[in-house]
Amino acid sequence: MLDLKLYKSENRPTWCPGCGDFGILNAIKQALAQLEIWPHEVLFVSGIGCGSKLPDYINANGFTTLHGRALPIAQGAKLANPGLHVIAVTGDGDGYGIGGNHFLHAIRRNINITHIVENNMVYGLTKGQYSPTSAKGFISSTTPEGAIERAVNPLALALANGGTFVARGFSGDPKHLAEIIAQAIQHPGYALVDVLQPCVIYNRVNTYEFYEQRVYKLEETDHDPTNPEQAWERAHEWGERIPIGVIYRETGVPTYEEQVSVLQGGGPAQTPPRLLTEAEREALLAELA
Amino acid sequence: MPVQDLSLKLAGEAGQGVESNGAGFARALTRAGLYVYTASDYMSRIRGGHNSYLIRASAEKVRVHRDHLHLLLAFNPQAVTTHLGELVPEGAIIYDEGMKVPEAQVAAAGVQLFPLPLRELAEKVGGSRIMVNTAALGAATAVMGLDLSHVESVILDNFGSKKGAAVAEANLKVARAAYETAGERYADRFPWKLPKVANAPRRYLLNGNQAIAMGALAGGCRFISAYPMTPASSIFEWLTAQGPKYGVVSKQMEDEIAAITMAIGASYVGARAMTATSGGGLSLMVEALGLAGMAEVPLVVVNAMRPGPSTGMPTRTDQGDLLFVTHLAHGEFPRLILAPGNVRQCFEAGYRAFNLADKYQTPVIILTDGFLASSLETVDLEDLPFDEVTIDRGELLDGAALDQLEERYARFRVTESGISPRALPGHPKAVYTTPSDEHTEYGAFESEDAANRLQQHPKRMRKLETARAEMQGPTLYGPADAEITLVGWGSTLGALFEAVEILNEERPGTANLLHFTDLWPFPPAAEEALARTRRLVVVEENYTGQFARLLASETGRKADHLITRFDGRAITPDYVLQNLKEAAVHAGSQAV
Repeated sequence: MLDLKLYKSENRPTWCPGCGDFGILNAIKQALAQLEIWPHEVLFVSGIGCGSKLPDYINANGFTTLHGRALPIAQGAKLANPGLHVIAVTGDGDGYGIGGNHFLHAIRRNINITHIVENNMVYGLTKGQYSPTSAKGFISSTTPEGAIERAVNPLALALANGGTFVARGFSGDPKHLAEIIAQAIQHPGYALVDVLQPCVIYNRVNTYEFYEQRVYKLEETDHDPTNPEQAWERAHEWGERIPIGVIYRETGVPTYEEQVSVLQGGGPAQTPPRLLTEAEREALLAELA
Repeated sequence: MPVQDLSLKLAGEAGQGVESNGAGFARALTRAGLYVYTASDYMSRIRGGHNSYLIRASAEKVRVHRDHLHLLLAFNPQAVTTHLGELVPEGAIIYDEGMKVPEAQVAAAGVQLFPLPLRELAEKVGGSRIMVNTAALGAATAVMGLDLSHVESVILDNFGSKKGAAVAEANLKVARAAYETAGERYADRFPWKLPKVANAPRRYLLNGNQAIAMGALAGGCRFISAYPMTPASSIFEWLTAQGPKYGVVSKQMEDEIAAITMAIGASYVGARAMTATSGGGLSLMVEALGLAGMAEVPLVVVNAMRPGPSTGMPTRTDQGDLLFVTHLAHGEFPRLILAPGNVRQCFEAGYRAFNLADKYQTPVIILTDGFLASSLETVDLEDLPFDEVTIDRGELLDGAALDQLEERYARFRVTESGISPRALPGHPKAVYTTPSDEHTEYGAFESEDAANRLQQHPKRMRKLETARAEMQGPTLYGPADAEITLVGWGSTLGALFEAVEILNEERPGTANLLHFTDLWPFPPAAEEALARTRRLVVVEENYTGQFARLLASETGRKADHLITRFDGRAITPDYVLQNLKEAAVHAGSQAV
């Protein structure tokens, strides 16, 4: 167990008092300390949104990128340097809305990255518009009559698309969340951690109280996370009871990078670029003669 | 003008092997010691439609194709009607004798008909009608006065490895039979002969996309993520095919946004990474290019232009993206733009782009186009200058340098050059954050502090001024003092070079050429080069004269005359000469 102080950033979070992002930040630090991952061994890649400011608030390598694009950037970094732990951090709009296409493909691609989604079911940084995970009927500045679409179900999407690690946490229980994140980091392959996170300013529906009354921990039940049918059922459970914990875990599935022949000796960023040898030049030229 | 200069065209439907046979024949001619230039003309469909493949060959270097033909290999009746007008008098059409051709029309054009039992030979000698192409190429070889050995060697290479010895042998038999029949019947009647070149050095046949990809590989590119789009895909495919041997990671992504951002991720951690696309894809990549600019991530992007807007003309060529590329993305950030003009320059751009990207920690865009991407050019060894390739990573701090770091690492340190020493993620002494927001020199963001912005934004923009000093060109071709100066950029190099040659042969001192490959930042030598010119004729493949506008805005010099082409076809020497004549630009133009 490393000292949590290692991850302390000089920058103070500008999140609103009571924001669920604090709990997520603490849980991430806890998981890194527990797994003894040093700040220089991990790269956080975030998008844009309140939660995507997280890399600035933790002492570790970080890249705050574009709205929706954290996943392909994280995957590129991982393929080029498989030696780094790569953690993508996005919000729900970022990860499931504008970045939805990348989400679908990251799941099935199964590159060994961790994806933490700070899912507050509202657009916070742009001040209160509805999001892809807002419940049907959710009233916001852009849905005055209530959201008409059904909410995205990220867990079911991940399962349907061949996800090998699908989990949900709650920012109000950082200790439990840290456990899930630690398992996600250790999972070989794309690992989704959807985090229920209250927005204390713009979401008056999905509050701490709302979740505290509903969440229950899967590991305290007889849920078998290796059972796809049970996972599918839990992924659709949303109402009086909301499950948190590891919904689904499939082991023995090779990661994308394990199946790429040129990556078997490490990634291209791990070796300095070099000039071609005489023999290599001749081989290229011979094909053109 | 080169002597013994012959142009032939294969024409037929998509799926009739026009392109593959044309490329194979171009290789045979290169092996015969000739210089070749090809121009393919095909439609965006897998079967049907009309395709043609032009091959120009000469014992002297050829840099472009011409508008006229000496020989047409017509695989369907449409080929005859479509291309008859391109044939010079005494030119000939080789076709299957069973095919109907408009004989009177052909005769009126002074063109000869060389009917041959191509299909019969294919079926009876080879055992398959599909070998009709091979028969036509055997016949063409005979009437041009070449021996068949080089065609045979290409047949062996193409079929020997892929389809087995039996298919190769059948094709060889068909080629020989057609060669003999055509030689007996028509060799005496065809006026143009290609010479037998003794002891020619080994030469190479490749297109601009292969040259860019090979230059990139030679320059240490080891990562490409892309999304297929004509005419850029062959760069991606070439690097993918070579990948396993050289350690290139190649990844097709879900869209162009993912393609470029994945490359940014790979480059961020230290790989030499690129993507390749065409205008529509580049439009999707725009925001990410701004990210690379703000985050100071080296990145190489190839944009192979085709006529737009929107889907435009997918298989055609154009130079309409120039001002888009000089301005793309919101806000201001330094970007470098290279527009190679031939195979050699493509190779050079391929590795130079990576050095420039690393040195200035910003995007470098290689602008090519459908024509340069797909035209095969025969080049000498010196045109693929592997010995000149360098790998310069600029101010990249290695592990040893970081170990000795005494103060806190500032990723975005303000420097005079604008270049901040770069550390890759992974070293304990260089743990930092890169935001897409404006940031401090340590990478902290939410710093909308005006004073900080006044440090960081000019720091980034200063890189452009630093880079300007090493922007090359323009290159002057032809006499130093000429009545008119043609000005071009990118793939029109060959056409303008030859137009100048022809003009000066007719009337010495008429024209020279100023050709630009480095377009942004605008090369500092441009003003002086322009000062020595008289009448300036800008030639480019777009409607609005984008380069002429760029030239005026960067140097204050306005073009005296503008020649444009935007029908999706490449500018040829003939097109330039015709336009100069019509506009009576130069004194000799009435006589041309």
